[in-house]
Amino acid sequence: MDLIKEVEKRSLKEGLPHFGPGDTVKVHVKVVEGARERVQVYEGVVIGRQGSGARETFTVRRVTFGIGVERIFPVHSPSINKIEVVKRGRVRRAKLYYLRERTGKAARIKERRY
Amino acid sequence: MTKAILAKKIGMTQVYDEQGRVIPVTVLEAGPCRVVQVKNDQIDGYSSIQIGFIKNKEQRVNRPLKGHFQKAGLKPLRYLREFKVNDTAGYKVGQEIKADCFTAGDYVDVSAIARGKGFAGSVKKMGFSRGPKTHGSHYHRGPGSLGAVAPARVFKGRRLPGRMGGWRRTVQSLRVVEADAAKNLLLVRGSVPGPRGGLVEIKESVKGR
Repeated sequence: MDLIKEVEKRSLKEGLPHFGPGDTVKVHVKVVEGARERVQVYEGVVIGRQGSGARETFTVRRVTFGIGVERIFPVHSPSINKIEVVKRGRVRRAKLYYLRERTGKAARIKERRY
Repeated sequence: MTKAILAKKIGMTQVYDEQGRVIPVTVLEAGPCRVVQVKNDQIDGYSSIQIGFIKNKEQRVNRPLKGHFQKAGLKPLRYLREFKVNDTAGYKVGQEIKADCFTAGDYVDVSAIARGKGFAGSVKKMGFSRGPKTHGSHYHRGPGSLGAVAPARVFKGRRLPGRMGGWRRTVQSLRVVEADAAKNLLLVRGSVPGPRGGLVEIKESVKGR
């Protein structure tokens, strides 16, 4: 397993903010359009993290025009410029799949206070 | 010069390319191997190289093998495998083969003993389609008809349930993503037969991509 860690070490990003399920994040994604490259910001609630090492991914859910959209990002992907934590949420489970069945007021997440 | 090396399968992970795309890779601990014997047309009737991998304890090697290693002037090795080569000119007995005999971008064929699956049905083994699970169906995962009534026998070669896996399988034309001789590391795109920790043979691709 050591060799795998060795291989993954190079892909791992440093200085990533701590974030987890319930947090609202802004993900700055590089988008390639033909020859041009620009940064798109995707904001939403993290509903789960999955995997470990270089293979770790997280799912961000947001509701646009009444349609729920979920995007899965690799945590260490080089096409992610930056991850910003907007709000910390207080939740009691690791995967917030129950948000899919809820809309409006019921889908709110309490903010975490320190 | 045909290139070949032995390796241990470590496992799979993923790396990113320059465009930020994910490449699934198998991590292999390749080499260092030693050439134990060079066979040529005059003496052996064909030309090949025999290479050894992973050092072995003296007491685990039997007498005939001991002599074989002594002749090569090498310490005992655990695995010996032979590779046919067109030209043995580039190889000498005792020579070390390391992961850098391949470079990133090369295509290789990888052979290993596939994982044994035991007695498997035709759905798993041959990819037959299964019947409905419900709606009163009594036909779930069977092989179906074995043939017509007229010959009153089953033709040879009929695909039927039986032992699956545990045999040697070769995956062709896998791209080498990285080769690092210092770390004995070889990254190959895609999956490789066999369990983690299993012995794997790596050869230059016959299709020569």
